[in-house]
Amino acid sequence: MNLNQNHFELFGLPALFAVDAAALEARYHELQREVHPDRFAAAADAERRVSMQLATRVNEAYQTLKSPLRRAVYILQLRGVDPGLETNTAMPPDFLMEQMGWRERVEAGSEEPEALVRLRDGLRDESRKVYEKLHDQLDEAGDDEGASQTVRALMFYAKLDEEIEDKLAELET
Amino acid sequence: MALLQISEPGQSPEPHQHRRAVGIDLGTTNSLVATVRNGIATVLNDHEGHGLLPSVVRYLRDGRAVVGREAQAEQARDPKNTVVSVKRFMGRGLKDVTHVENCPYDFVDSPGMVRLRTAAGVKSPVEVSADILKALRARAVEALGGELLGAVITVPAYFDDAQRQATKDAGKLAGLNVLRLLNEPTAAAIAYGLDNAAEGIYAIYDLGGGTFDISILKLSKGVFEVMATSGDPALGGDDFDHRLFCWVGERAKLAPLSAEDTQLLLIESRAAKEFLTASAETRISTQLGSGEAVDLKLTQEEFQDMTRHLVAKTLGPTRKALRDAGLEVTEIKGIVMVGGATRMPHVQQAVAEFFGQVPLTNLDPEKVVALGAATQADVLAGNKRSGDDWLLLDVIPLSLGVETMGGLVERVIPRNSTIPVARAQEFTTFKDGQTAMSIHVVQGERELVSDCRSLAKFELRGIPPMAAGAARIRVTFQVDADGLLAVSAREATTGVEAAIAVKPSYGLTDEQITRMLRESFDHAKEDVHLRALREQQVEGERMLAAAETALRDDIDLLSAEEAAALRAELEALRKTLSCTDHRTIRSAVERVNRATETFAGRRMDRSIKRALAGKKVETL
Repeated sequence: MNLNQNHFELFGLPALFAVDAAALEARYHELQREVHPDRFAAAADAERRVSMQLATRVNEAYQTLKSPLRRAVYILQLRGVDPGLETNTAMPPDFLMEQMGWRERVEAGSEEPEALVRLRDGLRDESRKVYEKLHDQLDEAGDDEGASQTVRALMFYAKLDEEIEDKLAELET
Repeated sequence: MALLQISEPGQSPEPHQHRRAVGIDLGTTNSLVATVRNGIATVLNDHEGHGLLPSVVRYLRDGRAVVGREAQAEQARDPKNTVVSVKRFMGRGLKDVTHVENCPYDFVDSPGMVRLRTAAGVKSPVEVSADILKALRARAVEALGGELLGAVITVPAYFDDAQRQATKDAGKLAGLNVLRLLNEPTAAAIAYGLDNAAEGIYAIYDLGGGTFDISILKLSKGVFEVMATSGDPALGGDDFDHRLFCWVGERAKLAPLSAEDTQLLLIESRAAKEFLTASAETRISTQLGSGEAVDLKLTQEEFQDMTRHLVAKTLGPTRKALRDAGLEVTEIKGIVMVGGATRMPHVQQAVAEFFGQVPLTNLDPEKVVALGAATQADVLAGNKRSGDDWLLLDVIPLSLGVETMGGLVERVIPRNSTIPVARAQEFTTFKDGQTAMSIHVVQGERELVSDCRSLAKFELRGIPPMAAGAARIRVTFQVDADGLLAVSAREATTGVEAAIAVKPSYGLTDEQITRMLRESFDHAKEDVHLRALREQQVEGERMLAAAETALRDDIDLLSAEEAAALRAELEALRKTLSCTDHRTIRSAVERVNRATETFAGRRMDRSIKRALAGKKVETL
C-alpha cells in the first residue's frame, strides 16, 4: 500500500467534508476483504504481519473519515492548517456563556434521565446546525480559519454530549 | 499424505486438499470441538456419543490428568485435586476471583495469575485449560484422521488482554496452532447468520457458566460487523448454583461445610436448577458426609425470586452496549440466545421484556459457539475460495490506557474500536539527562489506575540524555486481530529505538511455556522427539498448503525460474515430511520460508492494488 496516500485517496473519495456514507462503508468493506488478517491466518509470518499493518491503516482511515469531527480536523491538517485544538482555547464570550447555560441545565437535570435525554437531543439539534456551517466553511467558502473556530466549538458540544451520556449511564446502574 | 496439486498457469485449479481445522469452545462448564465436514459444521463426539466435554480436570498422584466426565464423577470425593470452572481463574489473581471462599482448592497466590496446588504439583489455570484442550485435540485428531492445521479458540468477548493471552498460551501448551481467538458471541452470530441468511442488526445475549457477554452486530452482505460489546466477566450459571447453594445452607441450618460437602451441595444445587428449567418444583435431598441430612422442597418461583438480581445484572451491560452502538432497543431485529444458562425461563422472560420481542432460541445454545468457531476455522485455514467467504470485523471490549501523573488513566485506544487497531502516544522526560522511563499500561473504563486492570509495566531504556521535556518518545500500541496488545517505542528526535524490557503483570514468558511443555512431557511420558516431529510435520504441511494457495492464485507473479526453484523447495519439503528427524523437516521449512519471501511481498502488493482498483476478486 502506498503509505503516502491520504485517507481520502485510499478510499477513492474527494477530500471534502460532505461524504457519501454508503460509499465510504462499501469501500471500507472492499478494502478489508483484501487485507484483513483473517485472509492470511494460515499464511507465512511476513504476510500476516503486513496484513495486520494494512488492516490497521484501513481501520484508522475509516474511523477518521466516518466521524464528522475527526474528518473536519483531518481535512484542515491536509490543507496545512492547525485547528489549534490544544493550543487555542480562546472562545468568543457569547459562546462560552451559551456553554455555561448548557452546563447549568445538565447540572439541574442530572437526576432525571428524561430531562437529560431532552437536553441531549436539544444539544444534538443545535450541533447539527453548527455542522452545516462547518460544511459551508470547508467545502464552499474555503474558510479554513472559520472552520478551525467551528471545530473548536464542536469539541465543546462533543464533550458535553459525552458527559450527558456518562450521567445517563450512571443513573441506569 | 496425498500429493498436493499445483496447477500450471492458465489451467483451472484442482480442488485442493481439505485442511483439518477445528473450532473449540473452551467453556467454564463444558467444552466442545467442532469442524466443517462436507460444508456442514458438526460437533465432534467422544466414543460414548457425547459432544460436551465437562471442563473438569482431576490430577492424580502419578502426575496424570483425567479430563471430563470421569473427572467430574470424582468432584465431590476428591475436591482438592478436581478443578472445575478453571476459566474463572484465567489471567486472574486470587483477589479477582469471586466466591473464592467456596473453592476447595489449595491456592498459591503468585504474582499475576493464581495457581493451584494439586496431587500432581502446582498448576496454573493455563496448564489446566491446556489439559482440557489436549483432550479435545486428541478427539479431533482421531476423528479427522490426522494432525490439525490449526484451531480457532473462542473467548468471552469481554475477556481482557490477560485472559486472552492466557487462553492463547493454553492453546500453544496443548500443541495447537491457534489460528485466531474468536469472541464467543461473534462465533454465535456467524453460525446464526449463515444458517438463517440473516441481514440487519442483531443482539447476541450470551450467558455461559461463568461469563456474560452482550454483543451488537450488523449483518449485511457477507459482512459481520461488531458495533459494540459489553459484559460481565464474572457472572454466569455458576452464580445461580451458588445462590441456591447458600439458600440450602440457610434453610437446612447447616454447620460450616467440609470441602467434600460443599462440592456435593453445589452439584445438587446445579441439578435442581437444571430440573427447574422445565418443571414447577423439585426436591433437594441428600445425605452429607457430616451426617447431616438435607431435604428441601423448592418451587420454580422461589428459585426465580432468589436469583432475579442476577438476571437483572445482565441488563446493565446490555444497555451499555446499545448506547455504545448508538441504538435504541427498537432497532434490534433479533436476539440470539447463547449459553446453557439462557435456558432458564426467567432469563428468557427478562430478555423478552427488555427488548420487547421474544428471543431466538432455534439454535442449540450450548453448541452454537463451537459451530461458529468451526466455520470460521474452515475459512481461516483457507478451505474456502475467496469471494465465497465473509468478512468479520470485531472490536476490543475494553479501553486501553496508560498511567499518568497522580495515578490517573489516559485513554489511548477506546473500547469498541475495530481491530486490528494501533495508536501512537508521545511521552517526554521530566528530568535533565533522564535515560529511562517506565510506562504502565492498563485496561478498563475507570479514571483511576487502581480501578483498572494492570496489563504490563514497560521500562524504556537507552533514551538519549537530553534536557527535560526535549526527548520525544513515541510509544505505539498495537492490538492485533486476536485482541492482543503489543507495545513498541522509539525516541523520535534522534530515531533511537528505545530498548523495551517487558514486565508483564500477568501471563507467561516464553521460558515458562517451554518449562511447562517439558514438564507435561515428563508427566505424560510422552516422547519429546515424537512430539517435536509431529509439530514440524504440521508446520511443514501448513507451509505447503500456504504455498499451494499462493501458487494457485498468483503464479504469474513469478518468473519461470523462480517458480521452478520454489517448486523444487516444496518438493524437497514434501519428501522430508515422512522422515523421522524433526530437524530435517525444520530446515526444509526454513528454506521454503526464505524461498517464498519475495513472492509474499509481491502477492501483498497485488492484494493492495486489487483493493485500490476496487476490482472484485472473482474477476481475477
